[in-house]
Amino acid sequence: MRAWHFSENAYPYLPPQDEYESIRVNLPNSNYDPRKGAELYDRFLDEWLIAEDEGLEIMLNEHHQTATCVDPAAPVVLGALARLSKKARLLILGNPVANRRMPIRVAEEMALIDVLSKGRLECGFVRGVPYEVLPANSNPVRMNERQWEAMDLIVRAWTSHDGPFSHEGRFFHHRNVNIWPRPYQQPHPPCWVSTTSPGGAQQVGRRGWVQATFLTGFDGTRAIFDSYRKGWREAGLGNDVPVNRLAYAALVYTGETEAKAHAGADKLLWYMRANKVPFHYQYPPGYMPVAAMAKVVRGAALDQHASLKDKAQVDKAIEAGIMFAGTPDQVYGQVKRFYEHVGGFGHLLLMGQAGFLEHDDTVHGIKTFAREVYPRLKAEFPDTTISGIQQQKVVA
Amino acid sequence: MTDAPTLERKTLSVAGAELELLDGGQGAPVLFLHSASGIEAGDPFLRLLARQRRVIAPSHPGFGRSALPDWMDSVDDFAHVYLEMMDKLKLTRVDMIGCSIGGWIANEIATKAPERINRLVLIGPVGVKVGPVDKLDIPDMFAMPQEKVAKLIFHDPVKYRPDLAAMSDEQVSIMVRNRETLALITWEPYMHNPKLKHRLHRVTAPALFVRGASDGLISAEYLQKYAALLPNARTETIAEAGHAPQLEQSAVTADKVIAFLNG
Repeated sequence: MRAWHFSENAYPYLPPQDEYESIRVNLPNSNYDPRKGAELYDRFLDEWLIAEDEGLEIMLNEHHQTATCVDPAAPVVLGALARLSKKARLLILGNPVANRRMPIRVAEEMALIDVLSKGRLECGFVRGVPYEVLPANSNPVRMNERQWEAMDLIVRAWTSHDGPFSHEGRFFHHRNVNIWPRPYQQPHPPCWVSTTSPGGAQQVGRRGWVQATFLTGFDGTRAIFDSYRKGWREAGLGNDVPVNRLAYAALVYTGETEAKAHAGADKLLWYMRANKVPFHYQYPPGYMPVAAMAKVVRGAALDQHASLKDKAQVDKAIEAGIMFAGTPDQVYGQVKRFYEHVGGFGHLLLMGQAGFLEHDDTVHGIKTFAREVYPRLKAEFPDTTISGIQQQKVVA
Repeated sequence: MTDAPTLERKTLSVAGAELELLDGGQGAPVLFLHSASGIEAGDPFLRLLARQRRVIAPSHPGFGRSALPDWMDSVDDFAHVYLEMMDKLKLTRVDMIGCSIGGWIANEIATKAPERINRLVLIGPVGVKVGPVDKLDIPDMFAMPQEKVAKLIFHDPVKYRPDLAAMSDEQVSIMVRNRETLALITWEPYMHNPKLKHRLHRVTAPALFVRGASDGLISAEYLQKYAALLPNARTETIAEAGHAPQLEQSAVTADKVIAFLNG
């Protein structure tokens, strides 16, 4: 198993929640102090490098027009990390390709980072969360189709080496594609896609790319991984799906004592508690299929949000499988239980910093995990393990 | 309205899309192009029109029960679909009524084939950009709660609040899909075609621009400037109505529209 340190680079110094409508999209940036922001960037970069020193890999992401993640240009920060870090794999999860007007530009940025880091890029693609469609002025309808056309075009741009080719597709048009540099890794950097829906996971499985899912809990994650395996087998990639094709992101805090760990973990829950977003930003028309959206309109979303709000406590979050927190033994046990429930996964994406979790506490969490938990996970769950739920393994 | 004819629901294949359309009444044909909320067979305004005219009211592709082929994504596509539909129905010349996005579609049709339009009625039409660069001409419906949208649309929003409990699953699905298709065709540029205002001078048919006095989406200034782009247009305001006077004041609106169509 590989573990990745991930921070959303939040800017938490905000007025009380009841003083604004939304933390995303329309919160005025007068609330952002660039000097404090500069200190935060220094700090978050330092924390990634400490994680690297401790043997973890590096992961970052991108959001727009929000205080929850002040990294609207992840490739820029990744460029800095490519030079500052020395050995960690660099995962961007990901490029919001349904919202980027020029997939070829994304291919260029990623190839540049791959060369700059001498082949350490892990290139993730995301569709983009619903609140991003307004900031990107991106049509929420047919995003999935745009995402796949963009991803296929990017891979083609990376792997074509004989001069220009053209692409006249449904959504993107390029007459002359001939990127310089080409990627360092051959044939191209590993591709990841994040999705929280089984349908999406099946498509990713058909490509054999790495499937990542965020905070989907015990049963949600199992359904997504099952769909991935289904897609993989349908595409004729073989019967056995290695665990290193699957990744799970959870809030993770490991402490010397349970009390210290739960205090740190509670601060991580800022990520869930602070995400105040009104319905009309969460559910733009066309983002979800009609049948699912019809249920939302009838009130399904209210149940879902109540359930999420309910989970924003350490005990409940652990119980739901969206958080691993406690002493090293406890965290190991929680990850193992989750691993066995979902049929295994090869990458644990640790949301190890959020909100007001200060530098020292963040580093404590990183180091305790890296030293006391990670070696056991690596020994117990090798990358080459075949994924699938326990019963299947027994039968085999 | 017991004496008003009911419109019959039909389907017709146009440009590879199965379209549903309502057809009924006698007289010179009127093509009615609905707003984003779609149409119902029992629509009082349509039934009033059908007392004097043959009314043909299709559901736009992706609205109601009409299909939406993958390749369609714009008002321009819909305008071409309706020109083809007119050919199929042998409607050489028609009067046309368009509401909101239906008004936009009507104007696109009229710029492409001005000779096929007798008279044109635009009720709360969108479709052009007449105001400054740094201000939306039409408030952003996708960046506000539905309750606020309803306040902009209706003179009496409480009366027209959808009763979800009373709606069938199909009705809720249609409402959701209508909104999805609306986003598809109006997202960018928002609610307009930058080219349209440079083409509207070709529309020689007499045109009536109608606005509900309480319309929060289409301002009086927008309507005036829009109407001024056509060589032969005038404007009319309907009291105690918002963006859909054909719904909130169906009898008054029908009277004015029929009087205009009858010349």
